[in-house]
Amino acid sequence: MSCSQSAALPPLENPPDRRAGSRRSGPNILPGFGPTLGYTLLYLSLLVLIPLASLPLKSAELGWGGFWEVVTDPRVIASYRLTFGASLIAAAVNAVFGSLLAWTLVRYEFPGKRLVDALVDLPFALPTAVAGIALATLYARNGWLGSLFDRYWNLQVSFTPLGIVIALIFIGFPFVVRTLQPVLEDLDRDLEEAAASLGASRLCTLRRVIVPTLVPALLTGFTLAFARAIGEYGSVIFIAGNMPMVSEITPLLIVAKLEQYDYAGAAAIATVLLSMSFALLLVINILQLWRARRGVGA
Amino acid sequence: MSNTAPPHLTEPGWLRALITLVSIGFVGLFLVLPLILVFSEALRKGWELYLAAIIDPDALAAIRLTLVVAAVSLPFNALFGLAAAWSITRFQFRGKQVLITLVDLPFSVSPVVAGLVFILVFGSHGWFGDWLQEHDLRIVYAVPGIVLATLFVTLPFIARELIPLMQAQGSEEEHAALTLGASGWYIFRKVTLPNIKWGILYGAILANARAMGEFGAVSVVSGHIRGETNTMTLHVEILYNEYQFAASFAVASLLALLALVTLAAKHFVEARGALHARRAGNPQFSTQTVTGQVESRASEHRSRGAALGLQNLAILAKEHA
Repeated sequence: MSCSQSAALPPLENPPDRRAGSRRSGPNILPGFGPTLGYTLLYLSLLVLIPLASLPLKSAELGWGGFWEVVTDPRVIASYRLTFGASLIAAAVNAVFGSLLAWTLVRYEFPGKRLVDALVDLPFALPTAVAGIALATLYARNGWLGSLFDRYWNLQVSFTPLGIVIALIFIGFPFVVRTLQPVLEDLDRDLEEAAASLGASRLCTLRRVIVPTLVPALLTGFTLAFARAIGEYGSVIFIAGNMPMVSEITPLLIVAKLEQYDYAGAAAIATVLLSMSFALLLVINILQLWRARRGVGA
Repeated sequence: MSNTAPPHLTEPGWLRALITLVSIGFVGLFLVLPLILVFSEALRKGWELYLAAIIDPDALAAIRLTLVVAAVSLPFNALFGLAAAWSITRFQFRGKQVLITLVDLPFSVSPVVAGLVFILVFGSHGWFGDWLQEHDLRIVYAVPGIVLATLFVTLPFIARELIPLMQAQGSEEEHAALTLGASGWYIFRKVTLPNIKWGILYGAILANARAMGEFGAVSVVSGHIRGETNTMTLHVEILYNEYQFAASFAVASLLALLALVTLAAKHFVEARGALHARRAGNPQFSTQTVTGQVESRASEHRSRGAALGLQNLAILAKEHA
């Protein structure tokens, strides 16, 4: 049998909505609907929605031409390119090593496994500024790792885009691991058993049976890590060096505009950044929908 | 290293060892080494300087402010989380999915942007700037602004834990209590709350870590007034930029300790909460996730994944035949 043959799969029948079964609340007879929904909407509006609306409104003061000029300034364009590029590379690195670690944590036994598992969440728990100064010191020319890079590869990490990638790898690492882990845990070993009994090699089983099941989760984890990296500030600014055109990330430009009391300019760049975040949120939701439509109840 | 799977269901030993070494090496290099460095740098100039950096009046003021901000924002988050989860999981209404997305929204906004919006609203050139000035009130570059920015970035945490938890638990118990004549408040206290207390605690631990550790949003609205509007993370930044590295890492080491305590507490609650959730038949209170984003998506992968695997298995079977 050949494992290389690529399979064009017929679309699967739409499954019955599994969630429909758990939707037991029926008619709205429990008390408290008005007050709780009212409070939720009021709190969200006052704290999130109305303040966010100030961004497009404030940048509108610039006029369309002025807005365009601010957000396409060469220095700003360079920052988009850096932010996007570094975030993509970091998310890709995390996808590879996150998958390996998720696999290791679910499938293999080794001493200290629970400790490693708990440590994966460190980037969520450690304040970004602390991560920032630690990484900057670690990769500085005279730092523990920076001196090694300097001596053996003549490579500077701190104050370069490479440093930014390292900071973004740090803060995005948990996303891929934590999205893949539950999927791997629920992976039915019988499928692998069946594949093996049908004569598939381990590599073939891996490629044709295991990897396809992980792709949706992997994509989601990748996008989450990427989205987080786009807006990241604290862990990056210390290691970045913040040189205009070279190592200046977009969030930093917003802060720079603010420090010059250029509120409309800051709002304009923030509007662009926010639009990118919304676009990514949309991508994540579309990924979900696409999966839900093609998904079949287990 | 041991592996319980039969040989045809696992990788060769050398490959297992390699994968394990590479992935753990990655964790060591990228996560553990920076953590060790924080403590090592903090203590490099000895305990005396370490203590001096922490009992410095500005440092103490920063610690106090951080604790106050975290303590003030916690009840707001809890109340919002409960209200949002109750309305979303116990009633049917149009636009529910949109509301869930909106609750998640602050996770997608850059911290810098989260700070900026409050300057645009409450700053001297902002919407309410003139009015605030007339009444001699300060919000940005003062403590209220720091609290607002913190509330913004921590808003989703508790709600995002409670929504999937309460969704999975369903509302039969509450309906039964209602039928028996219990009042709404009584139902909430005696039926709902005992079922979700670990969820609230879990969300609160994560929200607290974020509140105490928030940097970007707070940095934008604080104005960096020493002894007044400096939180711990901002104090770390100022010391670092003044080349007082040992002092900076000393304060940072307190935050790193907080992170370790957070991880331990999270682990503990997961152990208790997972037990509880399993009894309640809740597949979504996963023991492996930390943010609501991850959590809400985890369960959907399972059915999807199995389906893809099955398809390919069917093809393998066909080829075999």
